[in-house]
Amino acid sequence: MNTLIFRTVAPFLTALMLLFSIFILLRGHNEPGGGFIGGLIAVSALAIYGIAYGVAAVRRAIRFHPLSIAGFGLMLSTLSGLLSVFAGVPFMTGLWIAPRLFGVEVPLSTVMSFDIGVYLVVVGAITSIALALEEKESD
Amino acid sequence: MAATTSAPIDLSAALQLAPTPAADWLVILPPALMIGLGAVLMMLRHRIRLHAPIAIAGLAGLVLIDALLLWRVLAVGPVTMVMGRWLPPFGIAFSVDVFGAVMALVSAVVALAAAVAACTEIDDARLRYGFFPFLLLLMAGVSGAFLTGDIFNLYVWFEVLLISSFGLLILGSEREQIDGAMKYAVLNLIGTTLFLIAVGYLYAVFGTLNMADLVLKARSISGAPLMTLSCLFILAFAMKAAAFPVNFWLPASYHTPRVTVSALFGGLLTKVGIYALLRVMVMLFPLQLEELSLVVAVVAALTMLAAALGMLAQNDLRRLAGYAVIAGIGNMMAGIAVGSVAGLSGAIFYALHSMLAMTALYLVIGRAAALTGEWTLSAQGGLYQRAPGFAFVSLALFLAVAGLPPFSGLWPKIVLVKASLDIGAWWLAGSILLSGFLVTIALARVFLLVYWRPAPGPQAGEGTLPAAAFGPILALGLLIVLFGLFPEWPLSLSQEAAAGLIDPAAYLGSVFPGGGAR
Repeated sequence: MNTLIFRTVAPFLTALMLLFSIFILLRGHNEPGGGFIGGLIAVSALAIYGIAYGVAAVRRAIRFHPLSIAGFGLMLSTLSGLLSVFAGVPFMTGLWIAPRLFGVEVPLSTVMSFDIGVYLVVVGAITSIALALEEKESD
Repeated sequence: MAATTSAPIDLSAALQLAPTPAADWLVILPPALMIGLGAVLMMLRHRIRLHAPIAIAGLAGLVLIDALLLWRVLAVGPVTMVMGRWLPPFGIAFSVDVFGAVMALVSAVVALAAAVAACTEIDDARLRYGFFPFLLLLMAGVSGAFLTGDIFNLYVWFEVLLISSFGLLILGSEREQIDGAMKYAVLNLIGTTLFLIAVGYLYAVFGTLNMADLVLKARSISGAPLMTLSCLFILAFAMKAAAFPVNFWLPASYHTPRVTVSALFGGLLTKVGIYALLRVMVMLFPLQLEELSLVVAVVAALTMLAAALGMLAQNDLRRLAGYAVIAGIGNMMAGIAVGSVAGLSGAIFYALHSMLAMTALYLVIGRAAALTGEWTLSAQGGLYQRAPGFAFVSLALFLAVAGLPPFSGLWPKIVLVKASLDIGAWWLAGSILLSGFLVTIALARVFLLVYWRPAPGPQAGEGTLPAAAFGPILALGLLIVLFGLFPEWPLSLSQEAAAGLIDPAAYLGSVFPGGGAR
């Protein structure tokens, strides 16, 4: 698979798929999509990069250990649920704020931060598995 | 969404609009705290020196939270919190009654003891592969299972604890461990799949998954295949609890990981199966359980007798402890089969005792093996001479496991024997006593060979007993002695828990404050 064509295309494809995964993540609130499927697309992007350039390159590119990313996502999701203690509503109740940024109203919610947490858990966990499998293959 | 309707929508039918009292957060805090801390430890995966202090502090916090929760449930009755404000039966409810709270509290105590004991036993490689994160996530699953009020959510917590337990089981990746983990994984996955199928079937029949709602609907429904459902649930939970015909995964896997892990598993996992069996069968399908009581009673008797014979036959101490766990399961099933308040309170009391005693038993065995350097009865010896204090605590524990006075094993057995004699099941009472007798012989054999007998050969074990290893054993031993000397408190708690299961009016009232949606 390690042809010149593939290695040339891989970075563009990876970037495009990562962007697409974030798009899927954010549209998931009202339409098909969300953190889980977005995370899977992001992992596919990293897998393509890994097939083209090797596991070490992926590990350098994502900077943090995949499991640390998963841990961070898990904590983000937990904290999103716990935030509602300050509003006097039960665990996991969606809380919304809509700050104006550059004249545009941007609705932000704990639902979204929970979903971002799911995205990161999926990215971290599945990347960890994918990298471990590819490392074994190269031995 | 009809965007044209301008009339305000009445949200009170779907959403909980009253503000949530801060004390209700105690219901959700145990699993949330454990997941959050597990996530923190995953992020700090290379700072393994920080793992033990954070985990032990977190588990101490869990004990405190569970104690407060129990105190609150005793004071105001069952507490319910609905996730995301959606009212039951639509939202997922966390409902805690005395039964759930007391099981959660004891499981937290056990986990704390195991975490302290782990400091001396788990090596750096296992720490780096995530012993403590797995431990905390396991506790998230266990606490969640004890506290949830939704049967599908119960399945999810089962999965959480199962996956964490896979991780703990294979830490170290020795050949023997992988072999044990395969058997454990396959059998447990079959069990959980059966559970999932039963839950799906249940949803198709009732159209709801909230346990309180199910109780209400099961009373009025007719023509539903409740017996099929009950059989599926009993088989699935019996598999989890390691009851007789489906118990062989336990002795095949529990001796393979580090003994602290076995201690956690032996103390907690099978008891979650018993908890689910009690919760689902006694609360949801009491009539079906009554019809099946003879089957459950026979299974109970066979479980305890087969396990007691298994204990007598073992040479490896860890396998022997595995059979001791199963013998306890037989006793608890006997209480479930009897079904009266007395029988159920005996089963619950036995579960509380068994969580403490089985964890302590595994820890004692691990320590004995560390002192002598051997795992088998035939090779160990001379411990009484080398560590008299340790031998004394061990003897107390063996007596407690066997159910002899003055320790905690005695009282639940008395309650169970009396309850089964009350309904005329003399053979069930007889098998409880016979199994207790065989367990006594098996453990007396251990004490005789490992402690009293002079060492059969030169022993390679370490000469000292570190405080971090002896402390948890001593603490659990003290609790066992306290339960044995002052049984009124756990007994009255168990009775209240059993009464709440048989007549769940208070539980239903906490989920549906208005007296039900219909």
